[in-house]
Amino acid sequence: MGAQIRVYRQKISSTTSMRKIFKAMELIATSRIGKARARVAASLPYANAITRAVSAVASQTEIDHPLTTEPDQIRRAAVLVITSDRGLAGSYSASVLKQAEGLNELLHAEGKEVKTYLVGRKAQAYFEFRNRPYERVWTGGTDAPEFSTAREVGEALLAEFATDFDEGGVDEIHVIYTRFKSMVTQEPTVIRLLPLEVVEEQAPSESDLLPLYEFEPETEQVLDALLPRYIESRIFAAMLQAAASELAARQRAMKSAGDNATDLIKKYTRLRNTARQAEITQELSEIVAGADALAS
Amino acid sequence: MAELEVEIVAADHFVWSGAAKMVKARTSDGEIGILPGHSPLLAILAEGELAIQPVTGDRIAVVVDGGFFSVDNDRVVIVADNAQLGDAATAGIR
Repeated sequence: MGAQIRVYRQKISSTTSMRKIFKAMELIATSRIGKARARVAASLPYANAITRAVSAVASQTEIDHPLTTEPDQIRRAAVLVITSDRGLAGSYSASVLKQAEGLNELLHAEGKEVKTYLVGRKAQAYFEFRNRPYERVWTGGTDAPEFSTAREVGEALLAEFATDFDEGGVDEIHVIYTRFKSMVTQEPTVIRLLPLEVVEEQAPSESDLLPLYEFEPETEQVLDALLPRYIESRIFAAMLQAAASELAARQRAMKSAGDNATDLIKKYTRLRNTARQAEITQELSEIVAGADALAS
Repeated sequence: MAELEVEIVAADHFVWSGAAKMVKARTSDGEIGILPGHSPLLAILAEGELAIQPVTGDRIAVVVDGGFFSVDNDRVVIVADNAQLGDAATAGIR
């Protein structure tokens, strides 16, 4: 009987200390999420300006640029998977990886080879555990991505894209990241980064019509300089969204873990009390029985 | 007199915005000055300093390391990879 009480006590104290960790992680995630969202917002002016410029260039010139033309045959694709460095974020990384598996199968079914690029230690661990090859991995700072990382990723992917197929280059680039829709919904999303699908924007009103730009120095050079920046900005935006999603997912996971811990502590406390009461009752009845035996 | 509406953005943050009389920038071909009424332009910025003469107050110097800028309808959007407000005293308006 005494052993049982001891077991319950141990369970209660370990659950209590775990709950402390969950609460702390939840608080950290909550405090960082505002900053992450602010960074998403801060990167918007740049992304908007660059998107506007790219569509301006694209809408008025017959663009024949390697980055925008669809190759005749797509034989190899690069996939960039953006996950987190650390766990304790519920199904955040798992659902991105699931999406990546789906895309992988789809691309293979279309007869394309897949080259994988990873961001985050979780993705790295997933691929290494399964002995699956990947080209490159970037780790560190997934919850607060730097623009320099995005640039590195962009440069690596563009270099792959610029290489011929025969020399190991890729014909298209996909990115899988988690889109931050709101604090409660984050969605794993696949976008095709390259070749660009330049959307012919329908101007909603006369004043929003894109003006006829002059280009300085030459249209081609402008496009050469613009498109890599556009790609970098898209990758950076994806990483920022992923960071905000990661923190939101972590906050939610830690909240429910903390709640579950509270429930468990309550349950174990009840069980411990029952066990203690049972012990007391048994001792009492033993004493009474002993006294009765002596008296008679 | 018409004025320019200037906006400077860097990759991860907003740098400066306001009304200006003139913007002077360095493109890969050479320096270019933008006054109100300039025709629409999309140009590549070279690394270096660009100068803004606001409607009121002292000129502003911004150090950029590459990027591009667009001009349309007296609206100047400067998109820099990295931009830093520099020392006004050394601004390039002479």
